[in-house]
Amino acid sequence: MLFPISQHVGPPPRVVVTGAGVITSLGQGWKANAEGFREGRIAIRGITLFDPCRQRVKVAGEVDLPSALPPTLLEERDFRRMDRAAKMLILAAHEAWQQAGWEPSEDLPMVLGTTSGGMNLGQAFYRQAIESPQTRSGQPSRVLHYQAQRQALDVLDAFGFRGPVTIIGNACASGANAVGHAWELLRRGHAKRVLTGGYDALSELVFAGFDSLQALSPTRCRPFDANRDGLALGEGAAVLTLETLEHAQSRNAEILGEIVGYGAATDAHHLTQPHPQGDAAYASMRTACESARLAPEQIHYVNAHGTGTPLNDSAEAAAINRWGGARVTTLPVSSTKSSIGHLLGGAGAVEVVICLMALRDQFLPPTSSLEKADPLCSFPVISRPTEARVEYALTNSFGFGGANASLILRRWS
Amino acid sequence: MSQPYVAGCGVVSPAGWGLPAFRDALIRGEPLPAKDVTRPGTDRPMRIRSVPAPSPRPPFFAHPRLRRTSPIAQYAVAAALEALGPDAAAVSSGQASLGIVVCVMSACVIYSRRFYDETLKDPSTASPLVFPETVFNAPASHLAALLGSTGINYTIVGDPAAFLQGLALAADWLLSGRVESCLVVGAEEADWITSEAFNLFDRDVIMSEGGGAVYLRAESEGSRGVVLAKVTDPQPYTRQVSRRQAVERVRKQITNGSTQDLLCDSLHGVEAVDRAEEIVWHDWHGPRLSPRKIFGEGLMAGAAWQCVAAIDALMQGKCRTAIANVVGCNQEAIAAEFAVA
Repeated sequence: MLFPISQHVGPPPRVVVTGAGVITSLGQGWKANAEGFREGRIAIRGITLFDPCRQRVKVAGEVDLPSALPPTLLEERDFRRMDRAAKMLILAAHEAWQQAGWEPSEDLPMVLGTTSGGMNLGQAFYRQAIESPQTRSGQPSRVLHYQAQRQALDVLDAFGFRGPVTIIGNACASGANAVGHAWELLRRGHAKRVLTGGYDALSELVFAGFDSLQALSPTRCRPFDANRDGLALGEGAAVLTLETLEHAQSRNAEILGEIVGYGAATDAHHLTQPHPQGDAAYASMRTACESARLAPEQIHYVNAHGTGTPLNDSAEAAAINRWGGARVTTLPVSSTKSSIGHLLGGAGAVEVVICLMALRDQFLPPTSSLEKADPLCSFPVISRPTEARVEYALTNSFGFGGANASLILRRWS
Repeated sequence: MSQPYVAGCGVVSPAGWGLPAFRDALIRGEPLPAKDVTRPGTDRPMRIRSVPAPSPRPPFFAHPRLRRTSPIAQYAVAAALEALGPDAAAVSSGQASLGIVVCVMSACVIYSRRFYDETLKDPSTASPLVFPETVFNAPASHLAALLGSTGINYTIVGDPAAFLQGLALAADWLLSGRVESCLVVGAEEADWITSEAFNLFDRDVIMSEGGGAVYLRAESEGSRGVVLAKVTDPQPYTRQVSRRQAVERVRKQITNGSTQDLLCDSLHGVEAVDRAEEIVWHDWHGPRLSPRKIFGEGLMAGAAWQCVAAIDALMQGKCRTAIANVVGCNQEAIAAEFAVA
């Protein structure tokens, strides 16, 4: 029964990550991405997925997709029908599932975040509907596979499990909200394990949308730089296997890290612009710390939302300055969107994986494109890969509509 | 508190703006008239059941965030405000913490189609005012802005069954003390492209639009109230479990009610679409309501209408228990049970 559930007695269980899959423009898999961030590589290049000649900006963080599906219960013809976004989701889920060594079951919840599902198929549907109104060939498949719930069901079919599927569409905070909601499901006793993550693919509609807002950088995406002039879009997916510590230990699973805090808040200021002082960002970081029973002094690294737009970064800097208090002048902050772009619904989950990499490998992933930090930033903006002691990392994700989410992860040792 | 109370409901439907018009249409039981909408590129019109223009125009239409927004946001806000009633002022003044769950399937389809059309013609002139209105959570954001609510706010995407998951999520937030009250809203807007997409699978389904809201609170304010008693496990349609099997699994989690208990089902009156639900629920002994037969396929709004119809029947003393059974179009089946406290 989804409601009511039997009330959990005692303190909430600890929640650990036992599998993480990731795909970004830096490459497919944990290893390729960890190496990329350790080297501070930038994987933004000219767009090939659609013709950007009439767009103001012509670069993005495109993913090189493999030509074949990893071995799952799906067939090759399923892969051919899928949208680009679904393929990235399956690839990330496969890596996480394999790493965790999970077995299918009938009661495994899944929580995903996305902003546009299979938008490329939606675009193809619309183009054919307009250009050839009488032609229905291929349209039913496009309708089905465009929808986010179909991509979720593809994951269920790929790995043969069942359970409640929740898809959160909170714009660019979707991935972080998904991971946070999965964490809460475990803490509230709804399940012993949850598959969670976020994903989004580049599409012409969304690219044109950000370009129309003049939110894309016509030069180079430089989060927290004094001369920043916009973001770079990217694409990708990350999937995490979360389970209670007790469950993970009972099966001797390798633990990659622990999620210890989650906060979410809403910014009612404007549909696309954050409150100038970052009130909701501050509230989500504060709430995450409260849920983790941590003070800002105990956080060793902040993976900022840091899109590179003038308005986001100044609001987030104000929020971090206020939240960090006395700690802020020594608190390392970076935005990894400088390397892979903004992955929208995938960003929050991918950045959780980046934090896991930082915690496991004890380094600070950089804002690789930074030239001169904005004086608004009272904190050090990390501009090159740096060895460091990292016990706790906080990651921020903010989105259109005022969706704000923060997660805190702990090193597992 | 073990069961959240329903403190209010709100509806926008092809019958009009507000619960009274919805209730009257349910009592009449006649399918509402459909109208033709133009489908570019063909002279074959598409049939939809649309929401009539409000009269008088609700004051919230003048709010800066809602002047240019799409119909789905207007439906969501209108239903939410009706459900909140006088509590809207308490939320706005910060006296009550409110969670918001907005559930959508096709969501902001009108502005999405318009923006992509502009992009195809010339992306350099595509409107920056339209694009932000295309995101899934635009209606939830406008609602939060209108209410001044800064609490937790999720937009859930899925087929219509997801509305009942939204109810369970709200109940969980209330039980855990995360919020004092929570709005669960389902809303959709109709467009020729959605109708065309659905008509690829069944030409007899008539799409519609509107919104529905259920306002849940942790405490009862009256001596008699309606509670959310149960939400079954959602049963996804997968390769291993067919739609009919999923509906059967849901049915097993709902006890066979008395002859007085109400079933608000998701039947359309279209055999191919209804088959699984017809077979599995054929032996229901109590009265039944089928809002989709009257209002059309409102997707997430349709699931909200089912719940509002169930709650309204309980509030009017027509039954002691009411089930909303939602057989989603392409994701899952689920049911919720409401009861008089």
